[in-house]
Amino acid sequence: MDMALKTARVALVGNPNSGKTALFNALTGAHQKVANYAGVTVERKEGLIRAASGRTLSVLDLPGTYSLRARSPDEEVTRDAVLGRLAGETPPDVVVCVADATNLRLVLRLILELKAVGRPMVLALNMYDIAQRQGLRIDLEQLRAELGVPIITTVATRKRGIDDLVAAIETQAEAAAQNENSWRSPDAAELRTAAREAERIMKVCVRPPERPDTLTGRIDSVLLHPVGGMIILMAILFVMFQAVFSWAAPLMDGIEGGIGWLGGLVAEVIPDGLLQSLIVDGIISGVGSVLVFLPQILILFLFIIALEDFGYMARAAFLMDKIMGGAGLHGRAFIPLLSSFACAIPGVMAARVIDSKRDRMTTILVAPLMTCSARIPVYTLIIAAFIPNETVWGFANLQGLVMFGLYAAGIVSALVVSLLIRKVFWRGAVEPFMMELPAYKTPDMRSVLFNLWLRAKIFLNRAGRIILPLVILLWVLATFPYPPENATMPDIDYSFAGMIGRALEPIFAPIGFNWQMVIALIPGMAAREVAVAALGTTYAIADAENATGLLASTLSAQWSLATALSFLAWYIFAPQCVATLGVVKRETNSWKWTWIMIVYMFGLAYLASFATYHVAVALGGG
Amino acid sequence: MSDAAIGQPVLLDAAPTHLIISVKETRGRRGAAPARASRDLTDTIKLSQARRGDRGVIIQVGAHCHHQVEAVELERRLLELGFVEGARIELLHEGLFGRDPIAMKVDDMRVALRRHEAASLTIKLDVV
Ligand SMILES: Nc1nc2c(ncn2[C@@H]2O[C@H](COP(=O)(O)OP(=O)(O)OP(=O)(O)O)[C@@H](O)[C@H]2O)c(=O)[nH]1
Ligand SMILES: [Mg+2]
Repeated sequence: MDMALKTARVALVGNPNSGKTALFNALTGAHQKVANYAGVTVERKEGLIRAASGRTLSVLDLPGTYSLRARSPDEEVTRDAVLGRLAGETPPDVVVCVADATNLRLVLRLILELKAVGRPMVLALNMYDIAQRQGLRIDLEQLRAELGVPIITTVATRKRGIDDLVAAIETQAEAAAQNENSWRSPDAAELRTAAREAERIMKVCVRPPERPDTLTGRIDSVLLHPVGGMIILMAILFVMFQAVFSWAAPLMDGIEGGIGWLGGLVAEVIPDGLLQSLIVDGIISGVGSVLVFLPQILILFLFIIALEDFGYMARAAFLMDKIMGGAGLHGRAFIPLLSSFACAIPGVMAARVIDSKRDRMTTILVAPLMTCSARIPVYTLIIAAFIPNETVWGFANLQGLVMFGLYAAGIVSALVVSLLIRKVFWRGAVEPFMMELPAYKTPDMRSVLFNLWLRAKIFLNRAGRIILPLVILLWVLATFPYPPENATMPDIDYSFAGMIGRALEPIFAPIGFNWQMVIALIPGMAAREVAVAALGTTYAIADAENATGLLASTLSAQWSLATALSFLAWYIFAPQCVATLGVVKRETNSWKWTWIMIVYMFGLAYLASFATYHVAVALGGG
Repeated sequence: MSDAAIGQPVLLDAAPTHLIISVKETRGRRGAAPARASRDLTDTIKLSQARRGDRGVIIQVGAHCHHQVEAVELERRLLELGFVEGARIELLHEGLFGRDPIAMKVDDMRVALRRHEAASLTIKLDVV
């Protein structure tokens, strides 16, 4: 085969937050997650590109690291990829070291280490736009001579310098000599020597910026103020949950109206009978009751994405560190836990940045307690049905306040559980906490909107792929067999779903659940929001004659307040998400820990619901 | 840039411990005092004793350590994160509870650390 067409394997390596993933996306057209904090990427991602010459490049995006001497699982991914340690894998043909041009000192030391690996290298000086804005003067010729590596300046987020980079990679793949790998784990003395060498290169090649970034310092003096910073953090969370309610309301009403109109239209066009019931009661009531929550989920993500891109996450971790440490959590557990607000799956995976195995386990075990976005439909449905939409204290929306309380309950229980895990399973020193605080960046409107659009697609995809089939299955179970001739109860009571629900009802009766709720919980194991769809379908079939189409008003007529609160308490704790359990199994590589998690979460859910129900009944909410 | 020579670690093993204790006491009252009372006693401190606004140069990494087993590893981690002898340090922010953790500028990078780990760094404060 022609040498020129041989696929070249390229690895992107560099310090955390230097823009490797942004560069990977620019090179391959992928949409991997980019955000302004260290430790966003925790696994390897591969993408293919075709260079102008026709050669295929296989590009590997890797987790950021300060050295090849890996300690945490994410750093091990990088080390193994660079050294070609994985089974059946050779080291990459070209290593592209991605450097933040405004923060070169540490990456220079990493480059010295990478050179020992002996692979051809290219240095991508990324964030060159910021370097230029600051008037930072880097003598590229001199730096090239010092390092013996070709240098390309890039602006990954603007796709600048990409063609030059590809060309340089190709040249290196063809021409550059591959040396023996002489890398071995450096000891402290060698690290000092290398750091001194990096400092010398810095002095020779880089002149301090003429207009250094003073904005980050000024913003930090507000956001990291010991008292003020805490208040601002609480205020941000408060506004976020208020917004989830108040901003979304008009959009939700619109979607709800649209779905109701669609149901009515279908009912007119399709004659009464099984098909009409399947489409109106099954699909439209079921899937529709979840689709309504799209605006709320997007608003939540708008906040999360904006804060991540701005650079606030590391600050929030700083402010929360003492509290987290008090609960026995590792300092770096904050970002995995915060990511779990979106979804526990990336949250559990983000725990890879934690080096100590025990601390990682603790973080994984409590991450699913954080309120993920799939709980929003459940919480909102119940809140809208049972909590009056009032203003309290003159400014706060009561429904938003309850939502805030549910989030707080998730956070507090995560802290308490991790404290217990530490007391029960392992004691011992808390691991060190060291974290870079990145410079603030203005979030790019276009990429924020694009990421929101990706979230919307994921949500709709789930509605189609998970919720729709389950809702159809539930419809079948709730419709057949038909009731006997002399039936006295609603039809659904005689169906399979009714039988299953009634069989399991005694288990859930002590916590105030009726059988309709019980059958919603079973498909709800697939994902939390499925329970909402299942309730939508069940009540639509059960109450086909006078269904208003609005699930919330049906529920408020059918459930007592105590039952509703008990259901909320259940959802704070219950591990109703098979995908999360699957990821926990994969990341802990242990069935034992997965089962411990399932048991403790269901146990807590049952206890919390039991207590909530009985307290509420005693207070007159029965 | 850093005007201190990047040299060998200065070993402080011989330094009497009461010296450090007196540092703590002096620093407790510092807010009221217009300037440091006895500068020659206070200008070499553990980073864990530094307060907001303190500036200086790292003169030793990894001597004292609570993490016995992990001592060597912690030292290497600190070195890799830019805490090397000769690096300039400026303490920027302190947490609310127990003034912990601390955020500082190490040369031109911002880093957060718990005081617990900061105890393995010795810094020499700038002469004001
Ligand atoms: N102005 C500017 N910002 C950039 C550039 N490249 C990346 N960024 C921003 O820098 C931040 C970090 O980018 P990422 O691509 O997530 O960095 P990473 O190296 O993959 O980080 P980890 O996966 O955590 O190691 C994001 O906020 C990006 O938007 C650039 O060339 N110019
Ligand atoms: Mg990345």
